[in-house]
Amino acid sequence: MEPNGPAPEHEEHDEDIHLPPPSLWPVGFAVGVVVVLVGLIINPTLISPIGGAIAIIFGVLWARDATAELRGQPIHVEPERREMVEAGAGETAPPADQQGAALPPPEPGETFPRSRFLEGTTLGLGALIGGVITVPVAGFAVLPSFLRQRGHKVDLGPVAGFPQGQWYIATFTVDPSEGAVSRRTAFIRNNGPTTNNEPSFTIISNRCAHLGCPVQANGPTGAILGQKTVHEHTANGPVTLEPVVPAGFGCPCHGGQYDTEGNRTAGPPVRALDRYGFEVDHGRLVLLSTYSVSHVIGTGGQAKIYKYKEAGPGQHVDGPEQWFYPLQPPHH
Amino acid sequence: MPYSRKPTRAEIRRERLQEAINFPLDWLEERSGLVGGIRYFLFRKVPADTNWMQTLGSAALTAFLVQAITGVILAMYYKPDPKDAYSSIQNITDHLTMGWMVRGMHKWGASVFIILMFLHMGRVFLFGAYKYPRELNWIIGVLILVMGMMEGFTGYLLPWDQTAYWASVVGINLNGTAPFLGPWLAQFLRSGQEIGADTLSRFYSLHMLLIPGGIISLIGLHLYLVIRLGVTSPPWSREAAGMVPADEEPVPLRPGLTRPVPRTIAAAQGDAGGSE
Repeated sequence: MEPNGPAPEHEEHDEDIHLPPPSLWPVGFAVGVVVVLVGLIINPTLISPIGGAIAIIFGVLWARDATAELRGQPIHVEPERREMVEAGAGETAPPADQQGAALPPPEPGETFPRSRFLEGTTLGLGALIGGVITVPVAGFAVLPSFLRQRGHKVDLGPVAGFPQGQWYIATFTVDPSEGAVSRRTAFIRNNGPTTNNEPSFTIISNRCAHLGCPVQANGPTGAILGQKTVHEHTANGPVTLEPVVPAGFGCPCHGGQYDTEGNRTAGPPVRALDRYGFEVDHGRLVLLSTYSVSHVIGTGGQAKIYKYKEAGPGQHVDGPEQWFYPLQPPHH
Repeated sequence: MPYSRKPTRAEIRRERLQEAINFPLDWLEERSGLVGGIRYFLFRKVPADTNWMQTLGSAALTAFLVQAITGVILAMYYKPDPKDAYSSIQNITDHLTMGWMVRGMHKWGASVFIILMFLHMGRVFLFGAYKYPRELNWIIGVLILVMGMMEGFTGYLLPWDQTAYWASVVGINLNGTAPFLGPWLAQFLRSGQEIGADTLSRFYSLHMLLIPGGIISLIGLHLYLVIRLGVTSPPWSREAAGMVPADEEPVPLRPGLTRPVPRTIAAAQGDAGGSE
């Protein structure tokens, strides 16, 4: 025996380990169980009993094998041995904790390009796999909020239902498939035809330009005025038109106040109220997307509206503060 | 000879019981080192004059665990859908056995968690326990506090009543006013240009998966650093603060410094440590 080989006491340790001897009977037992289960499906009266018999026979054999030592029959397990492997020029490798380092220390100036290469490829491959997985997942988490945002058209019924000069609080559903969560309110006034004989409507969104609370009309509504609230049913589901005589609009959350053109008159809002675009289609008033407004000069059909691309509440659209919001996310 | 007399039956029984307890523990320890690890974690040496204020961190952790457990159970009954969210909350509160209790624990426990984090933070500040070498743990703690508040924000929408809806509208729009990326952040949170069905399920996912996962990881780091750096003694203590690695002799106190400097740190500081 080599001086560095396993010490003789290792042999004694082998006898301390009590393991059941290797046995093939469990394989037969497992086959029996499988036959029982298959038989339950195919033919419970014939095949299952056969499987049961196989399982019992092999089970007993297995149990006898496993308990052989308990019944006083000596068992012989061939201990696992690993042959010493020749290393280098005919030398047997010493144990790792003896005779110093296995490799000679590197020569000065010696490089290991292969190790470097393997390091790089391992890390690179890991990064590639990680990227291939992460990029689509992160895209799915983020992109649907921004891409393919749909615009909606909202049918508010015949134009004839809006007498000239009368304000209405219109409540409607933008997307009936989304249900009540897409219910919106707008303040609408028919301004009558313009000088070009085009229809003119003032349609103000009730979303406060401060932080988005629902702005209310300051003034008496339907019941007090003695006018009826109109309930219609259009392609967008139920639409309610409640007559109102507003002195302006006010927000219950933080006290923002607006005049009847939506210009800010007091409080924290940073601009005028947003407005809805509109079109008249076959004599019906149809609301389009909203746009933002910095301020409005004049009233009604003669009003000069300073329009901007739709911006979120609280975001300036004019003045130096607009530089804080150079890029708006895509909007319908 | 192990016994000078024959052991009594009680002694034999006790010995067997001991063996029955030790056997699985030894089995586990031999294969994983977990038993020793847990012992190392739970039975650390701490300064003799630690006081009750130093239990606030564990109290905050307990509050978090209460939130996690009650939250998991609420998730079994809650339905994150605009049509069902409100009615499922009503059902939990009014009809399901003990539902009012678990929802109440989750709702009020949220405030308890935040309050305990602030009290813990105050203790760390007043004890000077944020100072070298524990600055990083202060930073991690601040991140946990921020994520705790994000839990509050995302959880507030879930009851889906008027308060929840409008508070979230205002909260999201507040995020939207942040310069440059604000509008993008708001649209991401809204899951589109308007609040809708996806907003609710997005907040639900953030509230019960992403943010808690982050908090749990940060708590793990936080505790790792507590164990590595040891517990600080109170400022009035004459005892050494923090843990000196077992295999190192503590370097004597430098004048004006209230804790001993582990040798590795003293060495890194060069001669200044020894000569002063």
